[in-house]
Amino acid sequence: MSPVTAGLVAQPVLAVVAVLAAVLPRPRVRSVAAGTAAAALGLSGVVTGLMALLGDRGRLQIPVSLPVQLPLDPLVLAPDRLGGVFMVVAGGVGALAAIYGIGYAHGPAASRTGWTAFVVFLLGMQMVPAAADSVSFLLAWEVMAVGSSVLLLADHTARPQVRSAAVWYAGMTHLSFVLLLAGFAVLASSAGGTSFADPAGTSSAATSTAFVLLVLGFGTKAGLVPMHVWLPRAHPEAPSHVSAAMSAAMVKMGVYGVLLVVVRLLPAGPRWWAVLLLVLGAASALFGILQASVTSDLKRLLAYSTTENVGLMVTAVAVAMLLRDAGQDQVADIAWVAALLLVVSHAAFKTSLFMGAGSVLHGTGERDLDRMGGLGRAMPTTSAVFAVAAVGAAALPVSSGFVAEWTLLQSLIHGDGQVDRLVAVALPVTVAVVALTAGLALLTFVKAYGIAFLARPRSDGAANAHEASVSMRAAMAAGAAGVIALGLAPGPVASALGAAVGAEGIGTVGLLGLDLPAADALLDPVALLLLAAAVAVPVGVVQARLARRRPRRDVDLAWGCGGVRLSPRMQYTATSYAEPLVRVFDDALQPSRDVTVGHAEESRYLVQRVEFHQQLVDVVEERAYTPVVATLERLGTIARRIQNGSIHRYLAFSFGALVVVLLAVTW
Amino acid sequence: MVTVELGFIVAAQVAVAVLLTPVLVGVMRQVRARMEGRVGAGVAQPWRDVRKLLRKEPMRAAGSGPLLSATPLVLVVSSLLVCALVPLVGTPTMRLVPDDLFVVVSVLLVGTVALALLGLESGTAFGGMGSSRHMTIAGLVEPTVLVAVYALSIPVGTSALSAIVAARIDDPASVVSPVSLLAIVALVLVVLAETGRLPVDNPATHLELTMVHEAMVLESAGRDLGWLELGSWLRLTALLGLVVNLLLPWGVATEATAFAVLVGTAAVTAKVLLAGALVAAAEVFLAKVRLFRVPELLAGSFVLAFLAVTASYLVA
Amino acid sequence: MSSWSLARLIQRTGRVAEAAPTTPKQAGFEPPGELRGSVQVRHVDAGSCNGCEIEVGAAFGPVYDVERFGARLVASPRHADVVLVTGVVTRNMAEPLRRTVDATPRPRVVLAVGDCARDCGAFAGGYGVAGAVDDVVPVDLTVPGCPPEPDQIVAALRQVTGR
Repeated sequence: MSPVTAGLVAQPVLAVVAVLAAVLPRPRVRSVAAGTAAAALGLSGVVTGLMALLGDRGRLQIPVSLPVQLPLDPLVLAPDRLGGVFMVVAGGVGALAAIYGIGYAHGPAASRTGWTAFVVFLLGMQMVPAAADSVSFLLAWEVMAVGSSVLLLADHTARPQVRSAAVWYAGMTHLSFVLLLAGFAVLASSAGGTSFADPAGTSSAATSTAFVLLVLGFGTKAGLVPMHVWLPRAHPEAPSHVSAAMSAAMVKMGVYGVLLVVVRLLPAGPRWWAVLLLVLGAASALFGILQASVTSDLKRLLAYSTTENVGLMVTAVAVAMLLRDAGQDQVADIAWVAALLLVVSHAAFKTSLFMGAGSVLHGTGERDLDRMGGLGRAMPTTSAVFAVAAVGAAALPVSSGFVAEWTLLQSLIHGDGQVDRLVAVALPVTVAVVALTAGLALLTFVKAYGIAFLARPRSDGAANAHEASVSMRAAMAAGAAGVIALGLAPGPVASALGAAVGAEGIGTVGLLGLDLPAADALLDPVALLLLAAAVAVPVGVVQARLARRRPRRDVDLAWGCGGVRLSPRMQYTATSYAEPLVRVFDDALQPSRDVTVGHAEESRYLVQRVEFHQQLVDVVEERAYTPVVATLERLGTIARRIQNGSIHRYLAFSFGALVVVLLAVTW
Repeated sequence: MVTVELGFIVAAQVAVAVLLTPVLVGVMRQVRARMEGRVGAGVAQPWRDVRKLLRKEPMRAAGSGPLLSATPLVLVVSSLLVCALVPLVGTPTMRLVPDDLFVVVSVLLVGTVALALLGLESGTAFGGMGSSRHMTIAGLVEPTVLVAVYALSIPVGTSALSAIVAARIDDPASVVSPVSLLAIVALVLVVLAETGRLPVDNPATHLELTMVHEAMVLESAGRDLGWLELGSWLRLTALLGLVVNLLLPWGVATEATAFAVLVGTAAVTAKVLLAGALVAAAEVFLAKVRLFRVPELLAGSFVLAFLAVTASYLVA
Repeated sequence: MSSWSLARLIQRTGRVAEAAPTTPKQAGFEPPGELRGSVQVRHVDAGSCNGCEIEVGAAFGPVYDVERFGARLVASPRHADVVLVTGVVTRNMAEPLRRTVDATPRPRVVLAVGDCARDCGAFAGGYGVAGAVDDVVPVDLTVPGCPPEPDQIVAALRQVTGR
């Protein structure tokens, strides 16, 4: 039995163990036992995925025969290298979320249902990239969807918004399922079988239909604009360890699906496929980060940032397809690797960010950045982890995000536009989109970190903050360590990821640096860090000598023009921080503001209080979804006339149905 | 051996930048003072200012954290790193740390972020305001920078700055090609925005409501402020040096010999001081634009950079 | 004004700063060595009639041009070395003045400009007057006059910069 096969057997077994642990009676014991078992399940996924990524082949056939007259191939789990990457991502994120959940989960999230659903969710997520045929793929996909839906509902009795979020999520996730089912059905009829190994037919109409259906289906799961509406609802309302797993791992399965289609199932398609993906990706990146930069709900901000990052991944995939199509395979290979680096990097920093946000929620009871502030002192570990992860999300050196974005930009500027007009137009636009996204991401994460963790508390909750528990801190620190490790050692990581998409010429240079000979570019973050240390030493020596001579003086007050004691309310909030941006992009954001000025009784020239409300809407949701939902509701109201609770009428319905059936049979 | 020689150029660059920077700022202030009919404090004044600030005590208000003392050092180190990476004196760079422009831009952004966090850490209304404006401008500048870099890198096939500059020495005609000129005009606007010069920000303002850079550092005193000033000035030197070496690449050392480095040092000093004097003279004629007109300025520079890219693909 | 006519104006005007006078050293004041050659000034109006402000403005203007000696006005006492106080200290400004001086990093110099700042001048005994500057914060250097000549203010600042 090969290691991968062993891993594929071990995962369901560990899942059963975890479910057994999840039904233990005492909540405290249950959380520890189930969390540990779920973490073991995640780790087994990491190991299996790594084995598959390194080229080990394993196969597990599920002995089920369906009694249907369809061209079904046997159900097979056999992860290839690409699947291995995503199994590592799912397992790694799942393991961290499970450990974090030990300390974090409370109330309904720590219930028997909660932990069981978490284990089922995790297992489904790890099996999706292992599936080697569309039926087992869809089964695993649905297991993942059901598990996550149940988890999302955890707090539904406490907060009514949870129900609405769950309805949106369930609706979108099943829309995704239906699209995928249709897409795979078209594909299977064209290929003559459901196994991914069956070559797809050449009928362009059928393959294009399948492509569009599959991309829309996977895009819904991945949170691409305009199918992103469930993300900013579901992520804030789910328990934070679940948000972390959903945002950092589950949406990646959508990206995996897109890669599966364009790399494995339908590798040769017309150019408009790439253009379609490019438009979806670029729109998601820009729209996502713009919404993230102006929102002040921390978890909602992170959810929109997920849309942005998924947009960047899909953009990288589209660029790779375009370049492959234009015959520039070597540069295309860089773009493939960039897409996978973005996947891995996002998994690392977004897990940490969501866990950090969870600790803030746990320690202060606040999700609103406008009410945080000064958390760095009460929560040093959370603050440090959030800072590291935010550096990753803002793509600053030396972090995983920087490496990924650098690789993407290298692939973009080395595409040769002179031979191909489409490439000549697409690449500059993409560079601009990526750059604007990066710029706004910088602002977004400076805002998120600076407003939450620096300066002084803006509310009682923030003033009385307390640090997270040991297991939570351990999981967060592991996530942050991942962000830095991926940022310091891009060479080996990129080489391994390159193998997953058949990219050649991705090498290691120096100690752990990344070498892209096709682009004549290399990046060694360790060397960069050493150079920084070399220039930092003289600065440090001067600083130390000066500090000995004149120590720092502590004073009571920040400089407030000599006036009264500064109140924390005078600080900039997240809303005010993003205000210039809202003004610049007011066409896209359509803010509605409401200023009420209250006057003193004595004179209307004396202002007593000013109230300011600002509301930003998700334009896509307002334009595309609100009318559809309204129409559905109207139809539902009409349908109520048919179903009014009267037994007589129901009997009449059954009678009518019977008559119709009889007529149809005897026709 | 080769590494030692290359380290020689990098060390020379950092030393030149540190020594040149106060003089550059002094010259810029002096030019402005003379045009205003003043005498001016002399070109050594910025050096005296920094020396004094570094010898004064820093302060910490109750309720502010360790970032208040750490961010000035981060800014200085990131600026020094940029000076080490950008081809100021010479083009040969270290093999493992190439002067890739994307890397340079992100190192620069580390300093930008450090300043923005400092503004927030002070916990005052002005600090937050400066930080917010600073980051808005930085975010909107980013597309122009990267697209301009893209335009410059197309003819050379790499984003390494030294390769771009070396190619310009070999082929001086490429400097005045429309692609190069458009990209450089875009870069100049970016440099003005990034270093807080007119018309984006007024470096000499005393009015809190009009300022961006000054508002973030209002809370820093003594040594902290000294490092902040030095760090911001070093950014100015590095970026100005980059632009002049792209526009007038002559004199830049292409090999790591003592003579070439001496010539390179003299050349970069002359060019940067001349450019600084020109910027200062131009500033006398400019008024600061409204904050919400700055995005229009940046959008304009973005269009120029974009034109440069399309020109290099479609016209060439 | 068009750029061209501005350029012409600059060219026509030339230097407006007057030649620097030689100033005698004021006895009994030894400036801190750190401030040699560079002094940043934070101006506090503690209750002045604005006469001194006009003169301070003139001292920093192009004609007297104290900037040539290394003195510059700044926006925050955190950046300052000299706190330049004008006017009597009114009751409302006593605490802000104390805070401003406390907010200035050491070594620092407090410079009282004008007769009011020195000994309350014409406002001595007024109902809203808390006292002269010396009654609220320790003063290092004074400039007499009601209002003092810009030259005298320049001379006092030159004492500190030593140029």
